[in-house]
Amino acid sequence: MKNKKLGQWLLRLPVYLYTILFVIFPIVYMFILSFLTKAHTWGFTFNLTLDNYRKVFSSFYMGIFFDSLKLAFITTSLVLLIGYPFGYFMGRLNDTWKKRLLILIMIPFWTSGLIRLNGWVIIFRSNGVLDKILMFFNIIDKPLKLLYSYPAVVIGMIYFLLPFMILAVYSSVEKMDWSLVEAARDLGASKFEAFKSITLKQTMPGILSGIVLTFVPSMGLFYVAEILGGNKIVLISTVISEQLTKGRNTPFAAALSVILMLLTSLILSLYKKFSKTNELEGLF
Amino acid sequence: MKKLSKKAILFLVVVTIINYLPIILTVVYSFNSSKISSVWGGTSIVWYKQLFNDNDLRRSLINSLIVALFSCSFAVIIGTSAALAMRKTKLFFDNMISYFSTLPIMIPEIILGMAFLAVFSFFKMPFGFITLIIAHTSFCIPYIFMLVRSRLIGMDPSYEEAAKDLGASSYETFRDIIVPYILPGILSGVLLSFAMSFDDVVISIFTTGPTVNTLAIKIYTKMKTGVTPEINALATVILLISVICIFLFEIINKKSTNKTQTRY
Repeated sequence: MKNKKLGQWLLRLPVYLYTILFVIFPIVYMFILSFLTKAHTWGFTFNLTLDNYRKVFSSFYMGIFFDSLKLAFITTSLVLLIGYPFGYFMGRLNDTWKKRLLILIMIPFWTSGLIRLNGWVIIFRSNGVLDKILMFFNIIDKPLKLLYSYPAVVIGMIYFLLPFMILAVYSSVEKMDWSLVEAARDLGASKFEAFKSITLKQTMPGILSGIVLTFVPSMGLFYVAEILGGNKIVLISTVISEQLTKGRNTPFAAALSVILMLLTSLILSLYKKFSKTNELEGLF
Repeated sequence: MKKLSKKAILFLVVVTIINYLPIILTVVYSFNSSKISSVWGGTSIVWYKQLFNDNDLRRSLINSLIVALFSCSFAVIIGTSAALAMRKTKLFFDNMISYFSTLPIMIPEIILGMAFLAVFSFFKMPFGFITLIIAHTSFCIPYIFMLVRSRLIGMDPSYEEAAKDLGASSYETFRDIIVPYILPGILSGVLLSFAMSFDDVVISIFTTGPTVNTLAIKIYTKMKTGVTPEINALATVILLISVICIFLFEIINKKSTNKTQTRY
């Protein structure tokens, strides 16, 4: 049986090695880095300090954190508002249409996100498609200048993240036991009551998973904000990226990342607590 | 099951149309001969010609393919072996390792990019293909690991027992029963992680060197300086490739007759 045990270890070796070396170590290193001091010229020195965190918790950067959370919250709510009914109705279609719609959802999902943003630039640009249409119908008389505005960024984010919510909700609707809804209706529950007490409960794993799948990435999609929002909308991920490239202040960027990571872990552990599972519905 | 109301169908149609609007416009504008995209200058394929003559772009496309190919291959080896190893026996650290190995797709990409940038500088590794491939492998593993694992969970143990009862060795059981069974999971994982690697901007920006550009980085820098019509043409080409990939994917999924949880 010794051979079997060895085999068990050999099979685990790649993932253990890789994860320790290239996932755990980088995260631990980032954590350490966040307590070091930036050198005057380049890089950092090994002087332990809390200055990076003091800076993170200054009102300026807390404001940016708050803005990022606000954008993530707005995005997630709107995605839920559109994605839930979509996933729900999709789950009630007949099999042929279900398949067709699923493919229609998947095509943009598989295409490069950047390229899809490009389409929104065409729409939002001053004198772009949207302005032209609205001016044609005399709804507006001068260009809206939507590109590089907050609504443009929100729409871009929704567009980016909607498929995650749809797939998460759809997958839980697929697993639903419809006879319970029928039973509730037979027992005299109104449509709304049946929906509230049966459907909503049964699709909750999908909703929660969808919320996590939209909320978490929306805090990191700085290039959506950059391309559709110009320099006006600054997210915490924008700051991290600028500190790394232009500011060359790696310790400070590390401290910001650590806080962002703690925030993410908090959301994930809340998810785990409420959904009682590790798996994200709809993703796999 | 009751039929959907007209309103519900209208909702599905409207959302789907809006979903496709940016894509359709991109395709339409890729045939616009005018350089200013708010003006329609007549149909032409001038941007496609320019696209195919752009050596820089071709180079970055090849780079992207190299990175995606290597990352996916490594991820297949690591992810599949991990799913197989953790199937029946659980070792003490298994939970921790599987948690951390899937972390890269759970946290905002920027964190991973930052951590890799710091670690690679710490090891004084030259930034380029190797750093890119290491970083990309880290977020390809979760897809393959999770998809193969979910297939293994859905596997009826009696298949293996039957093979063993009929006298198959463990190697034969592995080759003839387990591999064919998990293959659809591996293939969907590969397609998914290939797409993710090909698309990735955030992690690539921080892990590439000055000499290696991937296509996604190239598009990103071009878009930051303003949309050029050439990008529209490029987008159309990539879109076409994606559509082909999805149909391939559907065929793979259809062929795997066992209806398990693999949906991607």
